[in-house]
Amino acid sequence: MFKLGIADISRSLAAGEFSSEEITTAYLARIKEKDKELNSYITLCEEQALAQAKAADTNRANGDAHLLTGVPIAHKDIFCTAGIKTSCGSRMLDNFIAPYNATVVENFNQAGVITLGKTNMDEFAMGSSNETSYYGPVHNPWNKELVPGGSSGGSAAAVAAHLCPAATATDTGGSIRQPAAFCGLTGLKPTYGRASRWGMIAFASSLDQAGTLTRSAEDAALMLNVMAGHDPKDSTSIDIATEDYTANLNKPLQGLKIGIPVQHFAEGLDAEVEQNIRNALSEFEKLGATLKEISLPNSHQSVSAYYVIAPAEASANLSRYDGVRYGYRCEDPKDLEDLYKRTRSEGFGTEVKRRIMVGTYALSAGYYDAYYLKAQKIRRLIKNDFDNAFAEVDVIMGPTSPHTAFKIGSQTNDPVTMYLEDIYTIAVNLAGLPGISVPAGLVNNLPVGLQIIGNSFSESHLLNIAHQFQQATDWHTQTPEI
Amino acid sequence: MSISANDIAYIANLARLQLSEAEKEEAAASFANILALIDQMQSADTSDLEPLSHAIESSQPLREDIVTEKNQREDLQKNAPKCEKGLYLVPKVIE
Repeated sequence: MFKLGIADISRSLAAGEFSSEEITTAYLARIKEKDKELNSYITLCEEQALAQAKAADTNRANGDAHLLTGVPIAHKDIFCTAGIKTSCGSRMLDNFIAPYNATVVENFNQAGVITLGKTNMDEFAMGSSNETSYYGPVHNPWNKELVPGGSSGGSAAAVAAHLCPAATATDTGGSIRQPAAFCGLTGLKPTYGRASRWGMIAFASSLDQAGTLTRSAEDAALMLNVMAGHDPKDSTSIDIATEDYTANLNKPLQGLKIGIPVQHFAEGLDAEVEQNIRNALSEFEKLGATLKEISLPNSHQSVSAYYVIAPAEASANLSRYDGVRYGYRCEDPKDLEDLYKRTRSEGFGTEVKRRIMVGTYALSAGYYDAYYLKAQKIRRLIKNDFDNAFAEVDVIMGPTSPHTAFKIGSQTNDPVTMYLEDIYTIAVNLAGLPGISVPAGLVNNLPVGLQIIGNSFSESHLLNIAHQFQQATDWHTQTPEI
Repeated sequence: MSISANDIAYIANLARLQLSEAEKEEAAASFANILALIDQMQSADTSDLEPLSHAIESSQPLREDIVTEKNQREDLQKNAPKCEKGLYLVPKVIE
């Protein structure tokens, strides 16, 4: 039962092979047994999940069911859930219970999907290893001494360890795709604005995007069918009609033009990871695709520009945490200034404070043009690079990460080392494009991720390409022993 | 570009953060590395480019100025660390 993806679970529920209550109960028991070693959940929603499951079974019996009614999933603890703690991985929100559901959560609730729990994450999604969480690091199910990637490390570890069949996640600079690569999952980051950000705790508003961590492209399509859509409550959500993202899954790939950016196969890429990616590309050739070397000449600037733009936006977004209206508040403040400063210094962890400082500096008087404005111009260069590439090819492929998962604690000395983890993923966020990471091999029994980047609103095509690859290969069915 | 202890103190104050001496030292060291990273941007020629603030370049949608949210004052204030008679409490601001 735990090996089933959400498409399979949906079919089994419809066929009456088991009830939602049965599978939900089984998952809750498994999480309690196995998650002590992984720390992938912050909050388990036992009572609510069972109530949701019973209601789902009733609705299904009455013929009033969505395709995913009764399917249990987990939500990253960045999505607000009414009546259930939403911590964002921070001491600042350790006591925060939102009075409303994020639109993404509400969409799943409306479809009758069960919330098993809220998954661990880097604090305020700032990290690439899930080591900055106030609730402690998450362990990679493939090897517990290794990180699961971040910031959606809890969602990734939970899906990989079969502690949920699928999970929501968010991606600001690679936070869905890199954990997907490290944990052997399919990780979809849709086009910026495709799913609502309402009720999704803000890190960098022009980059943040909700997406999915699943065991297959088909499951990702089913999840996106529920999540995607315009939301009047999020003025940056895009008012373009959604589609049935499963509709094109079975289209053949004959004639597909794949761009291979030379910059993503340059120095710094692990040789064995590269070999696995090259093998995957050969697989696409067998499926009828052609490969073309392309250049994204400004891609080396993406990490630099990102570490101005994202911290700048974060410093503004996180100014709301003041100890007055919600969240942590320091003891016995002597005046208002003391309340703000001690609340924020005690409530935020080191990496969050660091990024607030960097962003504050970049936006401060005298530096705005040199940093923030310059970074936005580089963002234009990067977008132009992609526009030029998509004039020649349909999609772009390369490694998601330069190497496989690394050891917990091995990259925490210099923040810049960690920032460079997202070297292949960050440009996609700056340009607002959709990207998907799919399992494409194993190196020393650790998963390798292939990143597929598409033009804006090409999710359906990306899922089709990923699904066809998964019909021809079985990397996505490999699982760690838990 | 390096950064002085005074700069760190100035930025921390702007960000309403209070850093310990050890944190200030750590911040100065990591700032040096981060600034070296972001200063790589200066090598790019961006002279003829318009800044791109947002990947999806569109104007903000407008709507009628009508109330769309229900009053959730009590629910929202349940999260307040200190609240009395429907008001948020803060330390005395005016003597």
